[in-house]
Amino acid sequence: MIYEGKQRIWSDYQKEIPDDHYFYVRSCIRQAFFTGSEVAFLDITRNRLGKDIFESEHHTTCGGIAYHSDTIPHETVMTIVARQFALMHKYGYENYVCSCITSFGVYAETLETWREFPELQAKIAEILMKTCRLEFAKPKYIVHASDLIFKFRYQIAARAVHKLVNVRTGKPLKVVEHIGCHYSKMFPSKGVGGAEYPYVLAGMVEAWGGEVVDYPERRHCCGFGFRQYFVQANRGYSLSNTHKKFESMEPYHPDCIVTNCPGCPYFLDRWQYVIAEQTGKTYGGDGRGIPVLTYEEMAGLVMGYDPWDLGLQTHQTPVESLLDKMGIVYDEKSKYLGKGGKDLGQPAHPSCLKI
Amino acid sequence: MSKLYDLLMQDYRIREGLNACINCGTCTAICPAAEFYRYDPRQIVNIVQSQDEAAIEELLKSETIWYCGECMSCVTRCPRKNAPGLIIMALRSLSIDLGYFIESEKGRQQYVLCKDLCGNILDYGYCVYPRNFDSAGHPEAGPVWAWEEKHLDEVFERLGGNLDGDGPGACRRIPQEDLDQIQRIFDETGGTARLETVRKAAEKKAAELGLSVEEFAEKVNTTCSPFHFNH
Repeated sequence: MIYEGKQRIWSDYQKEIPDDHYFYVRSCIRQAFFTGSEVAFLDITRNRLGKDIFESEHHTTCGGIAYHSDTIPHETVMTIVARQFALMHKYGYENYVCSCITSFGVYAETLETWREFPELQAKIAEILMKTCRLEFAKPKYIVHASDLIFKFRYQIAARAVHKLVNVRTGKPLKVVEHIGCHYSKMFPSKGVGGAEYPYVLAGMVEAWGGEVVDYPERRHCCGFGFRQYFVQANRGYSLSNTHKKFESMEPYHPDCIVTNCPGCPYFLDRWQYVIAEQTGKTYGGDGRGIPVLTYEEMAGLVMGYDPWDLGLQTHQTPVESLLDKMGIVYDEKSKYLGKGGKDLGQPAHPSCLKI
Repeated sequence: MSKLYDLLMQDYRIREGLNACINCGTCTAICPAAEFYRYDPRQIVNIVQSQDEAAIEELLKSETIWYCGECMSCVTRCPRKNAPGLIIMALRSLSIDLGYFIESEKGRQQYVLCKDLCGNILDYGYCVYPRNFDSAGHPEAGPVWAWEEKHLDEVFERLGGNLDGDGPGACRRIPQEDLDQIQRIFDETGGTARLETVRKAAEKKAAELGLSVEEFAEKVNTTCSPFHFNH
């Protein structure tokens, strides 16, 4: 092997990720269903690593889910995107970090369309001024929030309280990494490792002591499919795709799954529950399923955050098997408590999936 | 020359996504929808490329253009740099603009999607708003969501969110001035017009079927004929 040649080829799959000073935009799905993950992202980057990550209450959805459900025209989503970028500029930033993979794809597509059709960019700038009185601007850099955690993975490793290692056996935990389709399938150059060798999550797993599981359907979509989930009649599409992935990964006995997309962790978590209730089949060794984490949740566990501060109690597939393997001490009694120890009762137990 | 093809070519996504399809079928091989539904993106791209007016009209009124999940896995794999997923998006847009979407079971679902997703955007500034995500409509969300739904404010407070609160944070209340800007963007860029097109077509179809609009919404949200499936 000619090492220099390999290095040169690999450099083609890298992206530039600035070290600091970002305008942060949230994800519609992640803020609603993985609230603790977005909170952890800001705490890790701002308070633990000392980075400047600014959020304005004036930003909105990027419109991506509505766009990919074909409910809004192309020019509508492009103008909402232009408004987000204009807010970044207004607050004095030129680096843009988004929490959502659908948004990340929409931003990449929009910038590419504007590059290819400058007359369309001019038209959108005009509409933006007319509707919002905001000055058109484009970011110098756009990254996904997982790109930033990837960039800081060794700094996080240096602060690790726990590793992705089974404390009983001393062996690395086997981690399935699932990357959202819109991270790099459309525009490979925008993602770490491109579409062929996406490394954004694998890099975190390796840096924190785990071992990445390679399995046949590793790059298959989770099955969100936008209209294929939001319409009740179509949800079999979403379930079938998740089922295909679980059947494919099962022989490799993963200890957990880590994701970087809003929908993927939700579907990989919830469809395990549905498969168990419908067929009696559970994945994982003890009838409790395979825990599914966001990358912030995984980083948070490594850094010693309380699992219930991260929101792991809001997952339907329980995470305790992973906590035990990592040697994390947790308080079972406080799992479902509200702030200040307020009693909120407990969720009902599924009939098949053990919790 | 096909008038429908000309209309499609006005869509930037077709201009970006259709180069010269060689009919290799790689897109169909990688497509999650093609495994689940009776769906063949190769054939769809070929029909568009043929510029055949009657065939394109049939496509615009068909079930098949609504099967794609827009994961864009096809874009990575096409050896000629076509983007079948973008072509589907352009076909769906034209199908809605011409009112053809109402002809198919899957197309009619746009009524529910527009009402829910765009309703959330215009009312709250988000595509998904947690108070509108009810466990009755989402049994797959499991008992943990039923619990969370019941204690939504407390769970958000516990996790450091800002549900309906002022200032930044997860699920904050977006100021009215910003929602007004989003409304003006919808008005200016055809978003509002699309919602009106879908609403009027749905009301007309509901009347033809002898249903109230609410009954129509329930029917399109839950009806799934067996002919869609591969297996």
